[in-house]
Amino acid sequence: MTTGLFLIVLLGVSALAPFIRKYLKNSAGWIYAIWPFTGFLYYLSLLPQINQGHVLMESYTWLPALGINFSFYVDGFSVLFSLLVLGIGTFIMIYAGYYMRPYPMKGRFMGYLLLFMTAMQGIVVSGNLITMFVFWELTSVSSYLLIGYYHEKPEARASALQALLITGFGGLALLGGFVLLAIPYESYELSYILSNPDLIKNSNLYLPAFILVAIGAFTKSAQFPFHFWLPGAMTAPSPVSAFLHSATMVKAGVFLLARLNPVLGGTELWSYTLTIVGATTMFTGAWLSITQVDLKRILAYTTVSALGTLVLLIGTGTEYAINAAIIFLLVHALYKGTLFMMAGNIEKKTGTRDINQLGGLFKYMPFAAVVMILALVSMAGVPPMLGFLGKELIYEASVAAPKAHLFILTLGFLTNVILVFLSLRLTIDIFWGKEPEYAKTPAEPNLALVIGPFFLVLASFILGLFPSAMANPLTSSAITSISPELDAIILKLWHGFNLVLALSVFTLLSGLFVFKYRHKIIPAIDRFNIKYFRREFTRLFFQMIDAFLIFTKLKTKTLQHGYHRYYLMTLFVIASVLVWIMIWRADPIILELNFSDMPLNLVAVVILIIAAAISSIVSNSRVVALISLGVIGFGITIIFIAYSGVDLAITMIMVETLLVILAMTVVYHLPKYQNFSSTGARMRDALVATLVGSFFIVLVLQAGTSTLDAPISEFFKEASYTQAFGRNIVNVILVDFRALDTLGEITVISIAALGIYAMIQLSKKQ
Amino acid sequence: MESIILQIAARHMRPLLLVLSLIVLYRGHNEPGGGFIGGLMFGAAYILYAMAFGVKKTQKTLFFNPINLTALGLLVALASGIPAIFAGDLFMTGEWYTFFEHTAFELKLGTPLLFDVGVYFAVAGMLMMVMFSLMEE
Repeated sequence: MTTGLFLIVLLGVSALAPFIRKYLKNSAGWIYAIWPFTGFLYYLSLLPQINQGHVLMESYTWLPALGINFSFYVDGFSVLFSLLVLGIGTFIMIYAGYYMRPYPMKGRFMGYLLLFMTAMQGIVVSGNLITMFVFWELTSVSSYLLIGYYHEKPEARASALQALLITGFGGLALLGGFVLLAIPYESYELSYILSNPDLIKNSNLYLPAFILVAIGAFTKSAQFPFHFWLPGAMTAPSPVSAFLHSATMVKAGVFLLARLNPVLGGTELWSYTLTIVGATTMFTGAWLSITQVDLKRILAYTTVSALGTLVLLIGTGTEYAINAAIIFLLVHALYKGTLFMMAGNIEKKTGTRDINQLGGLFKYMPFAAVVMILALVSMAGVPPMLGFLGKELIYEASVAAPKAHLFILTLGFLTNVILVFLSLRLTIDIFWGKEPEYAKTPAEPNLALVIGPFFLVLASFILGLFPSAMANPLTSSAITSISPELDAIILKLWHGFNLVLALSVFTLLSGLFVFKYRHKIIPAIDRFNIKYFRREFTRLFFQMIDAFLIFTKLKTKTLQHGYHRYYLMTLFVIASVLVWIMIWRADPIILELNFSDMPLNLVAVVILIIAAAISSIVSNSRVVALISLGVIGFGITIIFIAYSGVDLAITMIMVETLLVILAMTVVYHLPKYQNFSSTGARMRDALVATLVGSFFIVLVLQAGTSTLDAPISEFFKEASYTQAFGRNIVNVILVDFRALDTLGEITVISIAALGIYAMIQLSKKQ
Repeated sequence: MESIILQIAARHMRPLLLVLSLIVLYRGHNEPGGGFIGGLMFGAAYILYAMAFGVKKTQKTLFFNPINLTALGLLVALASGIPAIFAGDLFMTGEWYTFFEHTAFELKLGTPLLFDVGVYFAVAGMLMMVMFSLMEE
């Protein structure tokens, strides 16, 4: 039960964080970091057990009738991801605690950040598709709050909205996909679905389920053509970017694809879609990063590229590819977390993120520089960092890919060249190069700001140096979770002289070459991009949103015209026509009118009602018309009393009295009673009135003869006293048997009353 | 509109109507009556008063705001569903408790009565809320 308990604790801490921040003062980040760190240690301690092939499962009932439970499923892949989320989360908390000090509402910020982490942690341990979906949506919501944290800035709000709309759209698709996926299994439980992969593949629901799940994963993981929200999301404060890009949010899509690989994977459709989308994204992201000058934006585009690589590898699905995917996941999380935190540090110390206005920082912050350069080395894929292993495996996988390996290899090679180039460029341009005039002399960042980057780089370094001893135990069971039939490859730093090594060397040399001639190449690429990629996806997206809003406004204007008489007319006509059809179909209409046993006094009442009804129509005074309506109401009341419907009669008397008073108070505010309607309109109204009136008459007369279902009144008569201890059946139904309906009704009338109250008060003010 | 007859009638009718509304509310379970009718009577008592003396004067004699009364009613109605959860039943199941037992007399009260009280308050509150703002000049 530890997994569930831990999530509840995390949720509790997130909820409390905004309120306790001011008591914790400056140690807040360190104290919040305790929670993810505890979790990190817990999942680390599970590792030996998981590596023996155990899977930990827990379940708490939620909606058992629908097969929806809070289930948790912790296997090797979940543990690896948990370690990433919680390990990086620990450092992010420390970092954010210090980083956010000058900003307002830091308590709330920390709460959002913790919630974000909880949501991601929830996704990776979910054992029920619906549970996973709930956490999935929670990451969208919390990332919306985080990206839009600087809510005074319009571009932050726009980016947050864009991210929410795109991932929210994907989320809906995903829900549909999950529902379809679960149909052949009649279960949402992941453990059951994973152990019977063939059920869905043999079902004709495979195609729609796959498309919907893929849309969910691609939007979340910023795959082409949904990639544009991710660079926009870097308007968030740096701790958010560091977390969002390294271990959470965007990795959720990759996690989902990998998680469902045994079920949905292995088909032609799967491998072609993922390969093409992944490869396109990989190259597009890298290509677009070349011409950027904002440090965080460069990093954001390389994340897009890395996500594409991961999707491509999962789609390829061979032993090398899956191994490469897991290692690269680790590599990327470690270096990207570091780089974003360092980008934040540089911005804090120099006041800018524009790489053209940075330079010569090495002598001001040598320690931070070394940390960042090592992360860049890992990104470039140079030994001894773990990044080298990742890149080697990707090349191995590309060379050995069963399909289209030339296509994959070319794009992979170009992407890596760009990454090498970027690493060189960021290293040289930021830390050496021409030094601009800084507003204040940059200094070494505080301990809290570099401890995270330092440990992440250290991890990358150690894992790279001792791959078989350190990296293998961490990743081997994750690999078997994704593809049960595959084994983990024993990782080695040195593979001997082979094609892959040659490719690596060639990549490095090409990167160097691009770097050397960057002053010629970058402007050329810039010109090319401006010429051929003029239309930005972001602008296109917002144009789409605008068009949609215009459409909905038009639709609302047509349907919600604001004329009360037409609303009523629509309501009356549709209701009466539908009932007419029902009556027509049900039974032959038998109109048995029998006035013989009607007492004379009631005949008088009925005549009175008819007279009042006519008077209400023909009267030229509004007051007379209202009083006539009142007479009709009281006449009906008398009929109720005569047929012993005392309850109804009392209610009716009250309602009729109050209605007449109410109408009288309104009369003062109305203009003079005039006749505006044309003859045509009056004829139409008469027609509608006849339709409604006649349907009521027929309905009442038929009600006695046609039997639709066994009447429920017998049950109420029986149960009223025995079960609910009341002899007044009407009241017992209202307050006991149908209490929930009544609650809904009084809520509705209260809201309506509030609306009337607000409208009247508003018009008084004007 | 100042009418002495109406004012004197309203002054004496108001407490009577209020007591009557309570009686109607209480007896509703076994005989004609209930929260809805009771609430309408409760509201009518004050509306009659307002017709005779004006809305401002009536509001001064009120120790509550009609909006709050409506909210209280909704809360009470909602709260009446909660004891069932603790008793292990579904939300809003009627629960009955015997408060006073004697050979000749026993007082049995249940959550449906509480629910009816909620309806009573909500209906009275919303009626007053709307009528007062309409009658106010």
